[in-house]
Amino acid sequence: MQIDRILIRYGEISTKGRNRNKFIKRLQQNISDACSDLSPFRIESGRDRMHLELNHPEEAQQVMERLELIFGIQSFSPVVKSGRELEEVKQHAVQLVQSVASEGTLFKVRARRADKNYPLDTNELNYEIGSHVLRQVPGLKVEMKKPEVELTVEVRSEAVYLSAQTIQGAGGMPIGSGNKAVLMLSGGLDSPVAGYQMMKRGVELEAVHFFSPPFTSEKSKEKVMQLASELAGFSGSVKLHIVPFTKIQQTIHQQVPENYTMTSTRRLMLRIADEIKKKTGSKAIVTGESLGQVASQTLESMEAINAVTNTPVLRPLIASDKTDIIEIAKKIGTFETSILPYEDCCTIFTPAAPKTRPKTEKVAFYESFIDFDEMIRQSVEEIETIILKPGYKPDDVEDTDLF
Amino acid sequence: MIYLDNSATTKPHPEVVSSYIKVNDQFYGNPSSIHRFGEKAASLFQKAKQQCSELSGLPEGNVIFTSGGTESNNLAIKGSVYKLADRGKHLITTVIEHPSVLEVFKELETEGFDVTYLPVDRAGVISLDDLKQALRKDTIFVSIMYVNNEIGSIQPIREAGKLIKVHSNARFHSDAVQAFGKMAPEFEILDLLTLSAHKFNGLKGSGLLAVKKGLELVPEIAGGGQQEGVRSGTVNTAGAVALAKAMRLASEQQEKSYHTLQTCNRMLRTFFEGRDEVKVISSKSAAPHILSVTVPKLTGEVVVHALDQKDVFITTSSACSSKLNKKSHVLSACGINDRDIRGAVRISLGSDQTVAEIKEFIKIWQDVIPPLLKGV
Repeated sequence: MQIDRILIRYGEISTKGRNRNKFIKRLQQNISDACSDLSPFRIESGRDRMHLELNHPEEAQQVMERLELIFGIQSFSPVVKSGRELEEVKQHAVQLVQSVASEGTLFKVRARRADKNYPLDTNELNYEIGSHVLRQVPGLKVEMKKPEVELTVEVRSEAVYLSAQTIQGAGGMPIGSGNKAVLMLSGGLDSPVAGYQMMKRGVELEAVHFFSPPFTSEKSKEKVMQLASELAGFSGSVKLHIVPFTKIQQTIHQQVPENYTMTSTRRLMLRIADEIKKKTGSKAIVTGESLGQVASQTLESMEAINAVTNTPVLRPLIASDKTDIIEIAKKIGTFETSILPYEDCCTIFTPAAPKTRPKTEKVAFYESFIDFDEMIRQSVEEIETIILKPGYKPDDVEDTDLF
Repeated sequence: MIYLDNSATTKPHPEVVSSYIKVNDQFYGNPSSIHRFGEKAASLFQKAKQQCSELSGLPEGNVIFTSGGTESNNLAIKGSVYKLADRGKHLITTVIEHPSVLEVFKELETEGFDVTYLPVDRAGVISLDDLKQALRKDTIFVSIMYVNNEIGSIQPIREAGKLIKVHSNARFHSDAVQAFGKMAPEFEILDLLTLSAHKFNGLKGSGLLAVKKGLELVPEIAGGGQQEGVRSGTVNTAGAVALAKAMRLASEQQEKSYHTLQTCNRMLRTFFEGRDEVKVISSKSAAPHILSVTVPKLTGEVVVHALDQKDVFITTSSACSSKLNKKSHVLSACGINDRDIRGAVRISLGSDQTVAEIKEFIKIWQDVIPPLLKGV
């Protein structure tokens, strides 16, 4: 069976008013980007749906796998193109239904004529095709109200289009339609999930990771690259800024009393993220914080950390339970990577007894003895920026003839 | 030389050997070390593990690398039985298993487990009815070998697996050492599967136990907790990589070699069936790479040694028991009489066997064996 087209239905975009075209355009762009390594296809966008015309039908399966991840799509259907002869239409109808139906499937035909000159009218089409399919596919049952398989037959002047399957899309808003934010990506379970949730609302992400060699290993950096690449599965690509952080972290440890080092570290990370936000034209900072999980995630702690910036710091997981976060991580495929056992900059310098109720004035006082501005400027200058595409694997063993 | 003892061991494939050497030469770090050199080895090991578990054919399988078939069988049986001991004490296996299975069950009997040994028919195949009868509520473990190493009989693993799943909660293990690479794997019904590298052109000292995801095993070897604690000991990276390669080559060549094996087997069978001094033991339904025959007027040893002098290598029943001067438990379980057992020899073919070699073998047999029969 040859799939020639894919019909895409929008989700929330349909509720938009004057801005709708902008959203649709963005979605169209994201679909093209996500399939940029495949053969080009034509996209035709309407008010409520989009038609994707495949030049190479053999790529249909790959295209559909990509579509499932793209935000802004409510559902989509593979479509088969048939000649206008009734016999040919019937033949395609049988093949299509066979491919999705099983014993006892409830089934219905819904014909539509865009070309009103077709010799049969809608009712006749429904009857002709329906009865033919019922004869050819054993065990089907007709059900008009709640069919499990609805075979749509759309008659146009150039061809007849058939479809029998509706595949659930990822929902949400097209990425990029909600501007851009900086995601603080640690390598743990939470931050990729936080990133995913922002992406789902249409926000494009630039990820930031703090790297403290030799206290954190090359492996932990690779792990974050892999996470960024997993997130890129939803947007086509993710920019990752790797910030050299060793010097700042060591300075904090020399300067700030131990129970305040964690607070201070977070404040400096936030300040650097803020610089990156400005440089990249982003509008907010996203973190994976969830209230009460660790010492830095108390309201007092957040207050002291947040005091360094006026930028909105978005915390999509703030009220989520760990179990829910894990569930999403598994669903979006970041779980297995996140639990790899490599130290990151948040765990390696953690003091034995961090302050859970730090005072903003105190931490500011401790930091005031050092010119952190200059150190931040240097760090930002030395940032390494990597663009990650889906499918990055740090463990790739080049020597494949070994296996 | 004509080598027809491939069920004892096969010749390592040159590509397998080169993988082994290359890993030892260039990636000899300890996979448990945290430096980059160790992590490189760890990633090779991971990749080998993934490839082996995919090729083992167990859905969602995990793989434990071992020293070979014997260790895998021991780990599968004891590792499972000790884990499940509080659920029941009844175990099932067959009378024709390899000693690395049978001896373990005998040991477990002395520890208070109740073992049912399923009999086999003349062709060396168990009856599914017997299995169904034997399954009980307290049956916790069943081990049925896939292809017998002495006569090549193939057990109905898939049907047996269905019976076990329907009539008990037992784990199902199969010693598939002689099956892998010789037939398309139908291992998806199994919970545990034993393979040994040197039976399919891999290296000795390396094997695996494939385990269905989520099944826990009591370790046989305690130590540093490698391989998820199930099998401690520094992992053998090169062995694992070489095993992965051997498995890939064997799977890729399986279809092609099956055809050749069948042709060779048919030639041998036709030849032996036309000779008065020989009786064919293996049934027609047996795996094509193992053919057991007997020369009742001679002993198996005499036949082996006579051919040996002409650079032709076959063996008496099986390599494991052939030096013990013990009569084959497999052949007697099939109801073969003692005289026929004494004269039994096994011809086992390799995946790269050629028709020319078989023709040559037939010629040598005709030259060597009939003169020995004069005067006996």
